[in-house]
Amino acid sequence: MTEATDIAATVARPSRARSRALARFVRHRLALFGLAAIVVLVLLCAAGPYLWPYNDLRINMRQRFAEPLLAGLHVFGTDELGRDMLARLMMAGRVSLTVGFAAMAISTLVGILVGTLAGYFGGMIGTALMRFVDAVLCFPSIFLLLALAAFVQPTLLSITLVIAATAWMEVARVVEAQIRSLRERDFALASEALGASDAHIMFRELLPNAIAPIVVASTLNVARAILLEAYVSYLGYGIQPPVPSWGNMLNNAQEYLVTAPWLALLPGLLITLAVTGFNFVGDGLRDALDPRLDIS
Amino acid sequence: MSRFLFHRLAQYLVLLWLVSVIGFAVLHLAPGGPLAQFTLIPGMTAEQLQVIAHQMGLDRPLPVQYWEWFRRMMVGEWGRSYRDSQPVLYVIGAHLWPTLELMLSSSVVAVLLGTWVGVLGAIRRYSVFDYLATIGAMVALSIPTFWFGLVFIYIFSVKLAWLPPGNLYTIGDGSFLDYARHLIAPCLVLALVTIAIWSRYMRASMLEVVNQDYVRTARAKGVPERAVLVHHTIRNALLPMITIAGLQLPTLLSGALVTETVFTWPGMGRLFLDSIGYRDYPVVMGILMFSAMLVLIGNLLADLLYAVSDPRIRLD
Repeated sequence: MTEATDIAATVARPSRARSRALARFVRHRLALFGLAAIVVLVLLCAAGPYLWPYNDLRINMRQRFAEPLLAGLHVFGTDELGRDMLARLMMAGRVSLTVGFAAMAISTLVGILVGTLAGYFGGMIGTALMRFVDAVLCFPSIFLLLALAAFVQPTLLSITLVIAATAWMEVARVVEAQIRSLRERDFALASEALGASDAHIMFRELLPNAIAPIVVASTLNVARAILLEAYVSYLGYGIQPPVPSWGNMLNNAQEYLVTAPWLALLPGLLITLAVTGFNFVGDGLRDALDPRLDIS
Repeated sequence: MSRFLFHRLAQYLVLLWLVSVIGFAVLHLAPGGPLAQFTLIPGMTAEQLQVIAHQMGLDRPLPVQYWEWFRRMMVGEWGRSYRDSQPVLYVIGAHLWPTLELMLSSSVVAVLLGTWVGVLGAIRRYSVFDYLATIGAMVALSIPTFWFGLVFIYIFSVKLAWLPPGNLYTIGDGSFLDYARHLIAPCLVLALVTIAIWSRYMRASMLEVVNQDYVRTARAKGVPERAVLVHHTIRNALLPMITIAGLQLPTLLSGALVTETVFTWPGMGRLFLDSIGYRDYPVVMGILMFSAMLVLIGNLLADLLYAVSDPRIRLD
């Protein structure tokens, strides 16, 4: 069968029921895989350090650069100070995942607040708020992130806030569009006619109806926040050693790429796994909650 | 058309003004400033620091400082670098070409590969290739660019020794071939994300076009399938992609910054990082404004090209 006749077949019979089901199944399976990856990572990072015999800060200069699987219990090897890589990866995971979740929570809250106010009141307030969103989106995100991060004292909290400050705009846009259309619906008008307050209509009537896209956007935001933490810490302006994060573990790993490549490969692998997990789950949620949002 | 242009330009000017306010506020309200550099000089006294601050204009109220900067920027004087006193526009210009080279080459690669993957995914919908492309795109969007760069260096420079691990060219060589060899790795690394995004949109766009009447008509009047695919389907599916290309610019710039760091590429990203480290406000502001302008120009070009290429679109 040539490419061209294949395209004809696809067009002529759009409802290849079995293929569709297969597609949904695979999609679903990916979301499940993502969820499993997240659960495993969270459990590993949360419980692992209690069970693992090595401490992430214990220096052992006689066992520097131990290769993975070759040095007894150091299954993931050791770093330039002889610290156990698995112990460090688990502690770093705590930091990276916490920053990811916390930044997601803050950015989602800010996005919801801005989007709801802009969508509900419209007019001058709405225009002003959404123009502000547009302006922040004009900055390439890493540029804004670095400009902010470089000028604050880097602590866990400040880095989380900085990441949240560069990630709330998408949620604001999604929520604004939803609220603006919901606002004209009968139930909203009825509530208004009954004399409900603005706050009641916004947060009790309209917002619960916009929850699906918010859930999707905030799941994808966790992925984004973990990535942003990695970028900013890799560039040296994020989480500062001795507190390990997946990003700052990569910070000086490039120097050892020739002699100890696992220092660079392992943290990145975990970042990719975590981010892929959240992206798969977000995509699955999008399919499940609102098929209209599907672009593929 | 001219009304649309006028309206858009007015809108963009407002946005740029907002960008400048936000950027200025972010830089100047944060603790620690350019003066920190001078405290490192041995024998520096508080009085001398005061003199420096006064001469740099840093002791004036923020709104005054902003107005001074804004007034000059509007007439093309973007100030001088705190580091080496070079004019900001000159400094940016000197670092612009490597970044543009990287962005342009990776865009070309991404559009070609992304289109190919998207088209194949669409005409073989739900095939193994399609699934792999879907999953691959999601994974590609999840890989940190800098880490992908490290993996690339590890495989192609350390293990296989095919490509140089960084820099624009080998000192003392500098032939075209040498430049090209240095460009391959950063170009491909930067292209990864764009390929992923482009292929997804291309696939969706193809699926829309495939059901159009004119495709059926072409097929009904006996146009060979390959011609239907190339001339009727792909060509029309590429039209809405112009908009996507314009919107990808901020992502591309962000990616370029990170890629440049990994491959020690002397472009705008590196300049930005260095300037941030030095608290070089004029250069940092200049780069922020410049990249925002680039982003807006990208948006505008996308809108205009889309209108020019598709007569059904009327801008007003």
